[in-house]
Parts: sequence; structure tokens; C-alpha cells
Amino acid sequence: MEKNVALIALFAALIAVLALIPKITLGFGVPITAQSLGIMLAGAVLGSKRGALAVLLFLLLVAVGLPLLAGGRGGLGVFFGPTGGFLFSWPLAAWLTGFIVEKWRSVPLGASVFVGAILGGIVLSYAMGIVGLSLALGKSLIESTSLMLVFIPGDMIKALIVAALTVSLSRARPSSVLSRH
Amino acid sequence: MISLSSPVKTAAHDWPAGLKLAALCVATVGLFYIESPLILAGVVTAILIAYALPGRAFLRAGLAALKLLWPFIVIVAIWQAVIGELVQGAVIVMRMVSAVALANLVSMTTRLSDMIAVVRWLTTPLRRFGLSTAALEIAIALVIRMVPVLTNKGGRLTESWRARATRRPSWRLVLPFTLLALDDADHVGDALRARGGLTSERET
Repeated sequence: MEKNVALIALFAALIAVLALIPKITLGFGVPITAQSLGIMLAGAVLGSKRGALAVLLFLLLVAVGLPLLAGGRGGLGVFFGPTGGFLFSWPLAAWLTGFIVEKWRSVPLGASVFVGAILGGIVLSYAMGIVGLSLALGKSLIESTSLMLVFIPGDMIKALIVAALTVSLSRARPSSVLSRH
Repeated sequence: MISLSSPVKTAAHDWPAGLKLAALCVATVGLFYIESPLILAGVVTAILIAYALPGRAFLRAGLAALKLLWPFIVIVAIWQAVIGELVQGAVIVMRMVSAVALANLVSMTTRLSDMIAVVRWLTTPLRRFGLSTAALEIAIALVIRMVPVLTNKGGRLTESWRARATRRPSWRLVLPFTLLALDDADHVGDALRARGGLTSERET
């Protein structure tokens, strides 16, 4: 119980801090918000339930007014803005990522994390994010999707990074990848 | 850590937080039923006046929080200009700005402690099902404490990277950083247990 609460709280804090660490850049100089990486990582490492709870806790603190989102944003406004759908999708994205890693054990860890992060962090997340965007901007779903397409390659790279990180974590601390225990 | 709640005290700071949140939900749903650009322009003006009343510092902080909307305003403006429906574009933009500005206004005029009191009130039904809300309250406090701790550790990792490498810090830093966080979670978990744990039945 105490261990789980501590893990959930520390991962919520980790998601917040991933947005604060200055300038993590990809190989070709594109700055990424490591925050959505943190969402996928929470699911992949903590598993579906704890991962989703960590993200929910993080969003709760954003909602009550702490500036924990990338760029120091926070408060209730971000949930009502055009990208609010993405925020609402995050707990489910972490849950789905963790669920796939937990259930799909016949493939190597890295492969299941990559597929989980793609389905949770990209397919599910964008589906909900695009619905929110189309509501806020008064555009059709297809039009809203076209606005978001440019961000998908970056997120595919993040899914790869999350897979690599989870595999390294399982080597450094075999007991730390709770989704496979 | 600084909350987004405004240091400029307003009368709205003393209104019940739950009431403000409920009113915000009603108002946001209501916004989607307003089709007239004139009424929406009135709503935007009223919100601007509400931002301006507590003084210049409050207005500046409030407008800064709305900056994230600029890219979307530009997208909608260009889009609507291309399809030649500028009035509809104005309605979309004013509705979007009003929704975010209203929510932001509630955040700015509500103290963190009042918000957390609402969270505690909202989770009371859970206690009836035998779930402990003490865990949630400890977790909230832990995150607020651990964000600066982890920021500090992340900063030190970045510095040691810079001391050794000529390239800029990459995503590889996330691995030792996550390990540090997991180790901290171990220690915090032990410390919580040593101090009586969370499972005991206590009235909060």
C-alpha cells in the first residue's frame, strides 16, 4: 500500500518534472516535450492501474492550479482549451499502454512497450484529442486530424524511446518494471 | 512551488470554491449554445472587465495564461478566411477564448487549499465504499514536495552530462532520472510505513 502510493506520487512528480528539465533534444535538434513520454512511461513501467492513477494524480494537481504542464501551464483553463481532449486521454493512454505490456508477454518487453505506447499514447490519445480539437475549433474530425498529423512522427519517436528506456530499466533494476511482475 | 492562484486578492477569493467550479461547468456548457456573435462579444467584454477590475498585475497574469490560444486563433482565422465565413470564425474564436478565460479566472481566484478542500469533499463518497482517502491526500502532498526535489536532481544530472559531453543533453538522461525517482519511491514507501502506514483506520 505505502509502496504503491509512493510509486504513484513519484511518477506523477516525474511526469511534471519531465516538462521542466530544460531542452531535452532529439538527435536532429527538435525539442520535444518529454511530458507525453512520461505518460507512456508511467503505463509501461507501473502497469495499467498504477500508471493511470499516477497520470490522474498529476492531472488533478494541474487542475487545482499547479503550473505543471509543459511551458508552465496549468489550472482549469487548459482542460477547456482546444488541446483539452489530449489531457483527458492521458490516464486512458497510460492505462492502455500498461495493459498491453501486462497481457502481451509472448513478445520481448521492448516490442510490447512499443506497440502499447503506439496504441495508447498515439492512437487512443489522438482520437480523443482530435475530438476535443474539433469541438473547440468547430472543424470536422477529418479537418482536425489533418492539423495534428505533423505531430505524429515525433510521438512515434517517443514511443521508440519509451520502449528503449523500459528495456534498459528492466536490465538496471529487473524488479522495477512492475508491468511485467 | 507557486500555484496559479493570483496573489492579488479579489472579492472572488472568498466565494466558495465549489460554487465557482459548478458555475464554471454551467457557463462552459452554456457557451456552446450561444450562436450570436453579438452576445458572444458581450461575454468576452464582460470577462475582460472581470480581468481588469482587480488591477493591472492581475490583468497581465491573466492574459499571459491565454497566450497558449494564439496558434489556434491564427489557424481558425486563416481557415475561415479561406472558406469565406469570417463571422462563423469570430464565433468559434470568441467561444474558445471565453471558455478558457473563464476557467482560468476560477483558477486565479481560488486558493490551492480551497481547491484541495473541494477535492476532499468530492472524494467523500469513496469513504463510504471503504476506500481510504488518506492515501490520496498523502499522495497530493508527496507530489507537491517531490516536484522540486526531482527538479533539483534532474538539474544535477543535466549538469554532469554537460561536464562530460560536448553534445546537448539527450533523452538518454531520462533513464538515470527515472531510476532516481524509483529509488526515491522506495525510500518514501519505507518511510511512510515506518511512520504508521496508510492502512490503519483513521478518521481524516
